[in-house]
Amino acid sequence: MTITVNGAEHTHDVEPRTLLVQYVRETLRLTGTNIGCDTSSCGACTLHVDGEAVKSCTMLAVQADGRAVTTIEGLAPSADELHPMQEAFRQEHGLQCGYCTPGMVMASVSLLDENPNPTEHEVREGLEGNLCRCTGYHNIVKAVLSAAENQGASA
Amino acid sequence: MIPAAFDFVRAENAEHAIALLGEHGDEAKLMAGGHSLLPMMKLRLAVPSVIVDIDRLDDLSYVRDGGDHIAIGAMTRHREIETNAMLAEQCPILSHVAGKVGDPQVRHRGTIGGSIAHSDPASDLPAAVLALGATLVAQGPDGTREIPITEFFTGYFESALTETELLTEVRVPKVPGAGWNYQKFNRRAQDWAIVGVAAVRNGTTGVALVNMGSTPLRATAVEEAIAGGASVDDAAALAADGTEAPTDLNATPEYRQHLARVLTKRALEAASG
Repeated sequence: MTITVNGAEHTHDVEPRTLLVQYVRETLRLTGTNIGCDTSSCGACTLHVDGEAVKSCTMLAVQADGRAVTTIEGLAPSADELHPMQEAFRQEHGLQCGYCTPGMVMASVSLLDENPNPTEHEVREGLEGNLCRCTGYHNIVKAVLSAAENQGASA
Repeated sequence: MIPAAFDFVRAENAEHAIALLGEHGDEAKLMAGGHSLLPMMKLRLAVPSVIVDIDRLDDLSYVRDGGDHIAIGAMTRHREIETNAMLAEQCPILSHVAGKVGDPQVRHRGTIGGSIAHSDPASDLPAAVLALGATLVAQGPDGTREIPITEFFTGYFESALTETELLTEVRVPKVPGAGWNYQKFNRRAQDWAIVGVAAVRNGTTGVALVNMGSTPLRATAVEEAIAGGASVDDAAALAADGTEAPTDLNATPEYRQHLARVLTKRALEAASG
């Protein structure tokens, strides 16, 4: 299969049962995408396929054949610059242990793509598929709202 | 967890998918978004030796005006149903319930056809289409046939689809202005319903139950009571009649029966308002 990950094209033979998260982590060695629950509950493995947030533990790698995947490693525009969502998480301290953070950031970017001006309630609903085991939701929600505000100001 | 090994065959179109099903028989399973089947395969609750991939059959992803009904392609994702303008106007309960399935990531992948064909009694959309009285279209080697939703769910994760049939379309009635409500009772946002109730009031009253038996169920005792002039309170008291509520970590059958009665009352009251 041939897949574009963070703008680079990769061609590999994979076993059909290979999960997308396994392919990204073990074959491509992009270990920013975490495996949490492995049962599509926690959202730690969230990445984008053709621009939409999906849980990569519940997708076969072959289902992403020919598609464009973005992982947390591909979000920042350069090595010296954070994506606005990453910057908002940093400014608002939207992380504690950091384990859920890659998935939270990817889900949050997808959320703002679909709803650029969410209410606090909509942010909480929009992140219902992502669990923070530190229960640090308050600052995560603040970070997403702050990113939405900054995005609106720069648009 | 990684599923047991299987062969993966990508269907080029509906006819190809049906031919592949014919070729591989009961060894094969169709996979659309995979958000019901893949978790079951990881847990070895399903061990198909051939997966027929229908994820790319984009010509089965549509929402169209069918005259007296809305025709929805089986491969239409939950997210599209949640946000589709025609459905919001003509069949708002379906948009609402699609927005209650799993979480945003799940709704990007999951399909209405997959959700219905999977025939999970704990799933949201089957109850909505039951309460609406939808009609399904299945395509097989000899052409297509219509299946009334009331005849579709035949057992625990079993449907009226034959081994070589593909669910292609879901037809829901246009019910603009109808009273409707969906009650989903769960402990955490993204969980399955411990019990759910869908109600549609449009002259007649349709009520369907989630997780109250081995299949998605019509609450026929409630519907008949309402049709016979009973009050919402009296009708809702019959919600658990004829059900066989399961027991699991979340609830005993008795608690589920209680929930069914309370949630049915809430759903009927909200749908009457």
